[in-house]
Amino acid sequence: MSATSLLASGTDVGAEIVFWVCATLCVIGALGMLLSRKPVHSALFVALTMINLAILYVALQAPFLGMVQIIVYTGAVMMLFVFVMMIVGVDASDSLIETIRGQRWAAIILVLAFAGLLIGAIVNGLSGVPEPSLEAANSQYGGNLQGIAKIIFTDYIVAFEVTSALLIIAALGAMLLAHRERHTPKPTQEQRSIARFARYAATGELPGNLPPAGTYARHNAIDTPALAPDGSVVPESVPGPLQERGNVRPVDVAAEVEVDEISEGHTVVTVDDDEAGEQR
Amino acid sequence: MSTTHYLVLSAILFSLGVLGVLVRRNALIVFMCVEMMLNASNLAFVAFAQQNGNLYGQTIAFFVMVVAAAEVVVGLAIIVTIYRTRRSASVDEPSLLKY
Repeated sequence: MSATSLLASGTDVGAEIVFWVCATLCVIGALGMLLSRKPVHSALFVALTMINLAILYVALQAPFLGMVQIIVYTGAVMMLFVFVMMIVGVDASDSLIETIRGQRWAAIILVLAFAGLLIGAIVNGLSGVPEPSLEAANSQYGGNLQGIAKIIFTDYIVAFEVTSALLIIAALGAMLLAHRERHTPKPTQEQRSIARFARYAATGELPGNLPPAGTYARHNAIDTPALAPDGSVVPESVPGPLQERGNVRPVDVAAEVEVDEISEGHTVVTVDDDEAGEQR
Repeated sequence: MSTTHYLVLSAILFSLGVLGVLVRRNALIVFMCVEMMLNASNLAFVAFAQQNGNLYGQTIAFFVMVVAAAEVVVGLAIIVTIYRTRRSASVDEPSLLKY
């Protein structure tokens, strides 16, 4: 295609490029949703489809719907899906076992037939229609948003009001469904404190905080156990997994090495003898 | 671009959504496929609005979006409730009424 013909049909070529790129990405997103094992990957593919659909809406002279599509679908709906995945379990993969034998192939054949029917009907029914344009409708009230607002608040005002009721009912219904009734009363702070000291009386479990790693020790690394003021090691101050893996650093090794070095004449810490004696 | 292209894309997306509802077993993915079908129908509405030269199709697509948002909220709450009682998000699990 030469430069002049490109210029002559500039908008058409632009619309064609936008359509083919976005349509390809839409179908890729839909296929990815269908074929990926993990729900999170599916959600990301659906978000890809939705964003490309928003671009297509803009190309179809519906800029308001394009923005709403991005805000509502990719912003709210897909994030809600991802939140629920965090509750339900991110790595809950699909089982590939068919519960009804031959169902998968039957479904594929059925859907191919259905798609063929739809596409055939569309191509047949829409052959020879005039070239579409929304310019007049969009500019009638000053813009696309104003035009939609005029329709919503005049012709569809009842539907719009019913929509508000629907949204409130949906919010209430979600709260009702996700609500969990407590079977036992929630313990108060007082009751929990009493229980803590009862445990202290029975088992000797400390009622306060555990000392953090490194308290009174020479290092504050997480694998260094705290020292009690009398110099004994507090093993509970090191996190449980580190203890199970045997990664607890012995506290006294560094101290012993330093004492040896000082006694051999290598002065590591330059402090007065009196102060050093006090610190030891 | 002619309306036919957009409608064929809409039909393809709708069919892929139907296929997902039929073959996938994870309730969340099935639900996403339902959303895909709603979006495909929205695309058809917007394409027809452009073809007809008025904004009614876009208005209906707007209402479809509102209803879809409400539907997602309730549907996900149902999925969470089922997950709490059955510890699974598979659509094969809740089959108690069958026996």
